[in-house]
Amino acid sequence: MGDVEHIQTAEQQGVSRRSFIKGVIATGASVSASNYVLRGGHGVALAQAPGSVERLVTLTVNGQQRRVDVMPQETLATTLRYKLGLTGTKIGCDRAECGACTVLVDGVAHYSCSTLTHQVRGREVMTIEGLEGADGSLHPVQQAVVDLQGFQCAFCMSGFVMNMVELTNENPDATRAEAAQHLSGNLCRCVDYNRILNVAEKACELTRNGMRS
Amino acid sequence: MAVIRDKMPAFQLFQPASTGEALGVLDQYGADAWVLAGGLDSWDWFKDRVKKPAAVVDLGGIESLRSIRSFGGTVEIGAMATLREVVRNPDVSSQFSLLVEATELAASPQIRNQGTIGGNIGQDTRCWYYRDGWSCYRAGGNICYADTPTAMNREHAILGASRCVAVNPSDTAPALVALDAEMVVENSGGQRVIPAQDFFIGPAIDIMRMTVLQPGDILTSIRIPSTWAGQRFYFEKSRDRAVWDFPLANVASAARITNGVIEDIRIVANGVAPYPVRFTAAEDAVRGEAVSDETAERAGEIAIRGVRPLAHNGYKVALLRNLVKRSVRGAEA
Ligand SMILES: Cc1cc2nc3c(=O)[nH]c(=O)nc-3n(C[C@H](O)[C@H](O)[C@H](O)COP(=O)(O)OP(=O)(O)OC[C@H]3O[C@@H](n4cnc5c(N)ncnc54)[C@H](O)[C@@H]3O)c2cc1C
Ligand code: SF4
Ligand code: FES
Ligand code: FES
Repeated sequence: MGDVEHIQTAEQQGVSRRSFIKGVIATGASVSASNYVLRGGHGVALAQAPGSVERLVTLTVNGQQRRVDVMPQETLATTLRYKLGLTGTKIGCDRAECGACTVLVDGVAHYSCSTLTHQVRGREVMTIEGLEGADGSLHPVQQAVVDLQGFQCAFCMSGFVMNMVELTNENPDATRAEAAQHLSGNLCRCVDYNRILNVAEKACELTRNGMRS
Repeated sequence: MAVIRDKMPAFQLFQPASTGEALGVLDQYGADAWVLAGGLDSWDWFKDRVKKPAAVVDLGGIESLRSIRSFGGTVEIGAMATLREVVRNPDVSSQFSLLVEATELAASPQIRNQGTIGGNIGQDTRCWYYRDGWSCYRAGGNICYADTPTAMNREHAILGASRCVAVNPSDTAPALVALDAEMVVENSGGQRVIPAQDFFIGPAIDIMRMTVLQPGDILTSIRIPSTWAGQRFYFEKSRDRAVWDFPLANVASAARITNGVIEDIRIVANGVAPYPVRFTAAEDAVRGEAVSDETAERAGEIAIRGVRPLAHNGYKVALLRNLVKRSVRGAEA
C-alpha cells in the first residue's frame, strides 16, 4: 500500500504520474540494458483494468527497498537484471529447466525466470549481490567457492550458490548425497559437478564451524 | 513467422485477497481468464503464445487456500499449498506417506518450492505437438499428430485414449486417487465436492480438458479421508532422468493387509493414459488373496488387458505390468 501513498504524494507535489514513472525507470535501469527494457512497449500499457495490479511497486531486494515499474507479465529475472541492474542472476533456459536464475524468496530457492515479479511483492528477495556482509566479509558459500576454485565458466554459479545458501541454512549437516539431491534443480554445462559438490560440502563445514550464514 | 519465446505477451494481472473476489474476476472474464497458482505449468503456454489469456488471476494472496489442516482423521490440503509444504507437513507424512513419496519425485526442488498441489493436479498434458501450438484435437482441431505411424509418441498413451493419445503427467494425481481423496471446487454458484477418480477426465468425456474444472471454477482444497491412513503404501516412478522428468509411467497403491492377506487395495497408474487409471479388475482379483509373487503377477497381467500401444511406446506395456506387480507385492518383497 506504501506504493499508492507514494504516488499520491508525487502527484500532490505536482509531479505528473508519467514523469514520476519515467524517473523510476531511469534510476532503476542499468544503462546497457535500457533498450531491452523499453522493447516491452512503454507508453502503451499504462492504462489499467480496474482491480488489476498497480505497476509501480516497491520490492525488497537484498534488504533494500527498491521502487520499480513492473509490467504485469514481467518475470523476476527480467526485473532484477534489466531494471535493478542486478546482473549476477543469470538467465539460461527461461523455462524452469536449468537453475541459472535461482534466487531466494523468503529464504526459499525459486527460479526467477519462472516467477512473476508481482508474485514476490511484500516478500524478501535475495540475490547473489546480497550475500557479502556489510563489512565486505564473504558468505560461507562464497568463501568455499574461492577456497576450492569451484566452477569453470561459472555461468551456472550464481544459481548454484543461491541454492547452496538455502542448503547451508536448512541443513548444514548435509551429506554429499543430500547436497546433490538439494542441488539437483541446477545444471552445469561444464559438468563441474564434482567440484561443485566439494564446494557445497565445504560451505556446510564452514557454516557448522560458526562462520556467518 | 518467427515466434518470440522469451518475454510473455501482455495480460491483466489480478491478485485478489479472497476467493470471492477471485471468483468475481473469473466470472467477468470467462474463458479469457487463467487461474494462476505457482505458474510452472502456465509460463510455457504464455511464452510460446499458445494460450493467450486476457486476465490472469493469481491466487497467491489468498491465505485461506494455503493451509493444511487435520480434523477427525481427515487431512485437508489447501490447493495453494506448495509441493514442498505438502512433503514437510507432519500429518501428511505420518498418515499418507504415499503422497509424500509421489510429491518428492515430481520435477525439481525449486519447482516443488513454488509449484502447488492444485497446479500439479491441474496441469495440462506434455504432448509436444499440442504444447507447441499445433491445432490438434485437444486444441480444437481435427487431427491427432501423435497417433500416426511416423509420429514421436514414445511418451504417449497405451490405455484410455479416444482420438487424443496424450497422457496425464502428474505424479501426485495417482496417489490422490489411490487415497480416495476428494476435490473441493468453488464457483460463484457454490461449492461441489468431487471424488478424485472423477475429477480427472479422458478425451472421451472432453477432449480439451484434463479435469472437470471449467472456466469460473477454483479448486480450493483436497481432502484425504482417514480410510487409508497409515496403511501399506507403494509408489514408483519410471523416468528417463532422475530429476525434472515427467513419469514415463508411475504407480501408486494403498493396501490394507492383515496377516499377509490383502483385505482391500487401490492400484492407480499415471503416464499411461489421459487420466490416472484405477485398475479395479486387478484390485478385485487380488482382494482376499495372500501377498505373493503369484498374486502380484496376476494383478500385472490383468492391468495390461486392453492396451493399445502406438508405434514407439510398446515398452510401456511391460513397464506398466511390472509396476502394477511390484505395487501389489510391496516394497518389503
Ligand atoms: C521443467 C518441469 C518439470 C516438471 N516435472 C514434473 C514431474 O516430474 N512430475 C509432475 O507431476 N509435474 C512436473 N512438472 C509440473 C509441475 O510440477 C507442475 O507444473 C506444478 O506442480 C504446477 O503447479 P503450479 O502451482 O506451478 O501450477 P500453475 O501453472 O499455476 O497451474 C497449472 C494449471 O492448473 C490450474 N490451476 C492451478 N491451481 C488451480 C486452482 N486452485 N483452481 C483452479 N485451477 C488451478 C491453472 O489454471 C493451470 O492451468 C514439471 C514442470 C516443469 C516446468
Ligand atoms: S495426443 Fe492429443 S494433444 Fe497430442 S497431438 Fe494428439 S490430439 Fe493433440
Ligand atoms: S533460466 Fe530459470 S531455470 Fe533456467
Ligand atoms: S561452470 Fe560452466 S556452466 Fe557450470
